[in-house]
Amino acid sequence: MAAADTEKKRVLEMVQAAGADEGCVTFVLHEEDHTLGNSLRYMVMKNPDVEFCGYSITHPSESKINFRIQTRGGLPATETLRKGLNDLTDASKHVLHTFEELRNRDQVTGMWSTLQSETLTDKNHRLRAAAWILSIQN
Amino acid sequence: MMAAPMRNVDEIRDRVILGEFGVRNVHSTDFPGNYPGYDDTWDLRKFKKNFRLNIAHMDENTLEFDMVGIDAAIANAFRRILLAEVPTMAIEKVFIYNNTSIIQDEILAHRLGLVPIKADPRLFEYRNAGDEEGTEIDTIQLQLKIKCTRNTRAAKDSSDPKELYLNHMVYSKDITWVPIGNQADVFGDSKIGPVHDDILLAQLRPGQELDIVMHCVKGIGKDHAKFSPVATASYRLLPEITLLQTVEGEKAERLKRCFSAGVIEVENINGEQVAKVVNSRLDTCSREVLRHDDLKNLVKIGRVRDHFIFSVESTGILPPEVLVSEAINVLIAKCQKFLTELESSEME
Repeated sequence: MAAADTEKKRVLEMVQAAGADEGCVTFVLHEEDHTLGNSLRYMVMKNPDVEFCGYSITHPSESKINFRIQTRGGLPATETLRKGLNDLTDASKHVLHTFEELRNRDQVTGMWSTLQSETLTDKNHRLRAAAWILSIQN
Repeated sequence: MMAAPMRNVDEIRDRVILGEFGVRNVHSTDFPGNYPGYDDTWDLRKFKKNFRLNIAHMDENTLEFDMVGIDAAIANAFRRILLAEVPTMAIEKVFIYNNTSIIQDEILAHRLGLVPIKADPRLFEYRNAGDEEGTEIDTIQLQLKIKCTRNTRAAKDSSDPKELYLNHMVYSKDITWVPIGNQADVFGDSKIGPVHDDILLAQLRPGQELDIVMHCVKGIGKDHAKFSPVATASYRLLPEITLLQTVEGEKAERLKRCFSAGVIEVENINGEQVAKVVNSRLDTCSREVLRHDDLKNLVKIGRVRDHFIFSVESTGILPPEVLVSEAINVLIAKCQKFLTELESSEME
């Protein structure tokens, strides 16, 4: 059992000082850096229940970050971390949807303008473009 | 012509100011409790309302787009993921059966590793640690087998290597794909191989030869830069130039020359030459104007804190717009990974 535990690589650890309540927790995020650290810190700090949030990279040759959260009124720090992760997911999903919508619209208009302009003489290409536009419209 | 001045607090919140003695208001400060009268709590509805995207320019390998209404922390996460965490396929193992050329094995192997390989990484898995063989789901096999010979048809008095020898320049186009398992059926049409045909890999002389087999695996730029899917991925903040007073005559002309071409134009209004900001976006924010004592107080230069002008240049493996989508998906996946980990640790 213990052997299996050590073999399994931990992704997330929680460190609490002796006697500290569950509102003050340092999360150790393995294999992460400023990419998730800073964006998640921003999202967690956007939560009014959070008193303090910050992170540090322990050492350049260790690939993990210490992510500290202290909450107001004894709220569990795990809750604010979960909210931060959910909010960051929501924001990213909205960016993704907006981007893909824009991409699809641009592709269609781009195809139309290529079709309409007389610079394109390759007949096959025009036929392909027309077929492609029909396939999206259906 | 002169824009209404911003409220002081709004300027601190929303602009980075390029001052004479330094850059001010660099950090984001829009957190709950920082400003009375502002609700800075995270609000998805508000975010959706303010968020805008616009594609400024797109072609086969480059993409320039504006992302507005997002914090630098998140925009920077997208940029960092583009550089280091969107996977591609690259040559990882080089089996050198014969190399009699002047270029050493390890140098040649390194050169081969950096060649961009056209293969959709989304259709492959990561190879398991310790697996030296590889299978059809995680490995692309390539071969480079070439020998230099004398050109018997060359002119007697020629001294040009191009005429004298055959195969004396080894290019990326000489690399051929050796499908494993069902790969020939699955990827038959997509022509797996180097993105560019004209990358010089080695030079040979008659009698010298290369006999090499390579394994491409899936990887990320964090592990080695050869896996990075972009040549560059960067952003800059939108410059904002505001004239605080009317600038006329010789001063207007000099003001125009302080900025990049097209930023400020001089217009003739009722016989007076008057400076006007035409397009701040073109400015490089050189701050040359701050060296002119009589001009520096007539203009304010800053950048819009939440307006990012992204520039993504692909290496040619995947189109840049696909890379941006993939990068956003990587960030979502990271969040999900820790959310599930949080759930499972609470179950214990």
